[in-house]
Amino acid sequence: MPEVFASQFVSIQHRDETAELGMWVFIATEVLLFGALILGYFVYRHAYPAGFAAASRHTEIVIGTANTAILLTSSFLVACAVEAFSGETRKLCVALLAGAILLGLAFIVLKGIEYSGEYREHLVPGINFSFDPADANGAQLFFVFYFVATAIHAMHMLVGIGLLAVLAMLTYRAPDSRHRAALHSTALYWHFVDVVWIFLFALIYLPGRSS
Amino acid sequence: MNEDNYLNAGYSLRSWFFTTDHKRIAILYFASLIFFFFVGGAAATAIRIELATPQADLVSSDTYNRLFTMHGIIMVWFFLIPSIPNTLGNFIVPLMIGARDLAFPRVNLLSWYLFMLGGGVTLFAILAGGVDTGWTFYTPFSTLYSNSYVAVAVTGVFIAGFSSILTGLNFIVTIHRLRAPGLTWYRLPLFLWSLYATSVILVLATPVLAMTLVLIAVERLLGIGIFDPKIGGDPLLFQHLFWFYSHPAVYIMILPGMGVINELVSCFSRKPVFGYKFVAWASLAIAAVGFLVWGHHMFVSGQSLLASLVFSFMSFMVAVPSAIKVFNWTATLHKGSIRFDAPMLYALGFIGLFTVGGLTGLFLACLAFDVHATDTYFVVAHFHYIMVGGMVTAYFGGLHYWWPKITGRLYSEYWARTAAVLIFFGFNLTFFPQFILGAEGMPRRYHVYPPEFQVWNVLSSGGAVILAVAYLMPMFYFGYSLFFGKRAPANPWNAPGLEWQTPSPPPEHNFDTQPVVTRPPYQYSPDFEAEPQNA
Repeated sequence: MPEVFASQFVSIQHRDETAELGMWVFIATEVLLFGALILGYFVYRHAYPAGFAAASRHTEIVIGTANTAILLTSSFLVACAVEAFSGETRKLCVALLAGAILLGLAFIVLKGIEYSGEYREHLVPGINFSFDPADANGAQLFFVFYFVATAIHAMHMLVGIGLLAVLAMLTYRAPDSRHRAALHSTALYWHFVDVVWIFLFALIYLPGRSS
Repeated sequence: MNEDNYLNAGYSLRSWFFTTDHKRIAILYFASLIFFFFVGGAAATAIRIELATPQADLVSSDTYNRLFTMHGIIMVWFFLIPSIPNTLGNFIVPLMIGARDLAFPRVNLLSWYLFMLGGGVTLFAILAGGVDTGWTFYTPFSTLYSNSYVAVAVTGVFIAGFSSILTGLNFIVTIHRLRAPGLTWYRLPLFLWSLYATSVILVLATPVLAMTLVLIAVERLLGIGIFDPKIGGDPLLFQHLFWFYSHPAVYIMILPGMGVINELVSCFSRKPVFGYKFVAWASLAIAAVGFLVWGHHMFVSGQSLLASLVFSFMSFMVAVPSAIKVFNWTATLHKGSIRFDAPMLYALGFIGLFTVGGLTGLFLACLAFDVHATDTYFVVAHFHYIMVGGMVTAYFGGLHYWWPKITGRLYSEYWARTAAVLIFFGFNLTFFPQFILGAEGMPRRYHVYPPEFQVWNVLSSGGAVILAVAYLMPMFYFGYSLFFGKRAPANPWNAPGLEWQTPSPPPEHNFDTQPVVTRPPYQYSPDFEAEPQNA
C-alpha cells in the first residue's frame, strides 16, 4: 500500500525535507533565545570579572564535566539510532534511543543533586544566598544567570527526553517513513540542546579555575 | 459563486476550531483581531476623551497609566503584529504560491491557540487591575517599583510570542519548499518577499523578547534579578534587549503592509511594479538593517556617544530601502492606467502617510533633534503615522482587495471609498496636531497639560471621532456584503496572481489541478486585461 502524505506535498521525500527545514528554522529561533541570555552573561562578566570568577569556583566542576560527557554520549547514541532506523536494525535503534533517554535522565538527576548542593551552600539568589561581600554582587548576578540558563536548558532536555521516548515507542511498534523524518528532526533538536550545554559548560564552570 | 468551497465544507464548531485549513485559520485570526482591535481602540478612545481638556476629568493619573499601557500592549502584540501576516498572509500565501496549504497546518492551528491563550492571559491582567509600566515594561517600573499585574501581562505576551514564532517558521518553510512548479523566487509576487522578510524577523527577534520577559518575571517573582541595580544589575540592559526585539518588531508591523501595497498599486495602475528586484531586496534589507538600529530608542538613556552615533547612522541607512519602495511605487503609478477603486484609495493613502511617518523618523534619528523630541508627542505622532497610517491602512486596503476572494461576495464600492477617504482625513486630523504638540514640548503619557496645548488636543480628539467612525464603517458594509452582497467572480480585478485563478471562495484544496507558473508576476495590460501567471 503506498504511504499517504498531506496534500500540500508532492512526495514523501518532499514532506521529510520540509519537516527538516522546519526544525532548522526552529533551531535558529532557539539560538537567539539562548543568545539573549548569554549576552546578558557577558555584559556582567565584563563588569564584574572578579565576582564571576569567584562564583564560578563555587560550581561543581566534577558534576558539570560528568554531565558534559553524559550528554555528548547520548547525542552519539541518538546519531547512531538515526542510522539504525530501518527494518533489520529496528531493535538496535530502540535500544540506542533507550540508552540516550537514560543518559538524559541521568543528566537531570545529576543536575538536581548539583542544585541541592548549591542550596546547602547558600548560593541560590532570592531564596538562600550569602557570599563574600567583596564579590557578592557579581556572584549573585552569576548565579541568577546560572539558574535561569540551566533551568531553561533542563526544560529543553525534558522536552527532548519526551520526544525520544515517544519515538522509541513508535519505532518499537511499527516504524514507517514518517517516523524516520520525525526521528531525524528530533535528533537535530537533541544535538542542539547538547551544543547549548557545551557553551553553558564553558561559561559556568571554567571562569576563574585556570588561576 | 463556487458551490463547493472552504466555507461550506463543514458547519460544525469542530470544523472551525479544529480545522487545519489555512483559510479557516485565517478567518479565526480575523475574528479574534477584530475583538482585540476594539479592546485597544476602547483604551484609545478613553485617552482621547481625557485629553480633550487640560485638566484631569475622566480618569486618575494611575488609571491613565493603565489605559495607555493597555492600548500599547493590545495594539502591538494582539493586533498589529498578527494583523496582515496571520489573516491575509495565512489566507493568501498558499494560494499565491499555488500550494494546497502551508507546510505545517497543525502548527498553524497551534499558533492560533497560543495567540488566544496569550490574549486571554493578557486580558486577565487588564481586568484584574491592569499594568502601569507602559507597553515597554521598562525596568525598574516593571520590577522594583511595580504595583500592578506585570508578571501576568508579561506571561501573556510571552505566550503570544510563540504564536508569532510558529507563524514565521511556517511562512519561511512554506515559501522555500511549497512554491508551484515554475514559480522561481523572482516570479514571486512582492507580497511574499515582504512576508518572508517579516518572518525572518519574527523568528530571530521574538525569542530575545521571550528571554527578556522571562528575566523580568524572575526578577518580579523572586525579587532578584538580572536588571536590579541593587545588586549591580543594569536596567539599561533591559532596554537593549527589549529594543533588540521591539525595533525589528516595528518592521514586523510595516513590512507586510508594504507587501500589500505592491499588489494594490500594481493592480490598479495596470502595470508591473517598477524595479521588481529592488523592491524585493529592499524588504530583506529592511529586515537585516532593522536589527542594527535599536539604540535610537535610547539616545537619552546615557549610552555612549559612539553607540548613539552608530545607531543614528544605521537608522539613516534603514531609510534607504524604505525610500526605494516609495519611489518605486510612485514610478509604478507613472503613466499607469490608474483606477481609483477602494483598495487603491487605501494604497495611495498609505504611500502619503507612510512617507510622512518615515521622514519624521529621520528627524528622530538625528541625535540633536531627538534629545528635544524624546518622549514627546512628536514620537507618538511619528510611530502612529507608520503603524496606523501605514499598517492599518494597508490592512484595510488588502482586506478590500481580497475580500471577494475570501468571502465570495462584493462589497459596496461607494461606502468603501467613502470610508477610505474618511480614514485618511480622520487620521491626519488626529495625528498631525500631535507633531506640533510634540515640537512645542508636550510630553507623552501625561493626562494633564498646560492650557495652551488644548487647541491641538481638541483637534486631535475631534479627528479621532472621525477616525473611529471611519473604522467602524467597514463592519457595516462588509457585514452587509457577507449576506446580501453580489456574488464575486473568481477574478474581479482581472489580476494575474495565482490566487485569482481559482474560484471565489476557493475550494478546500485551493486548486483543482496543480498550477504551473510560466511568467513573472504583474503582467497587467492597460485595457484591464492581464496574463495569468500560470497560463
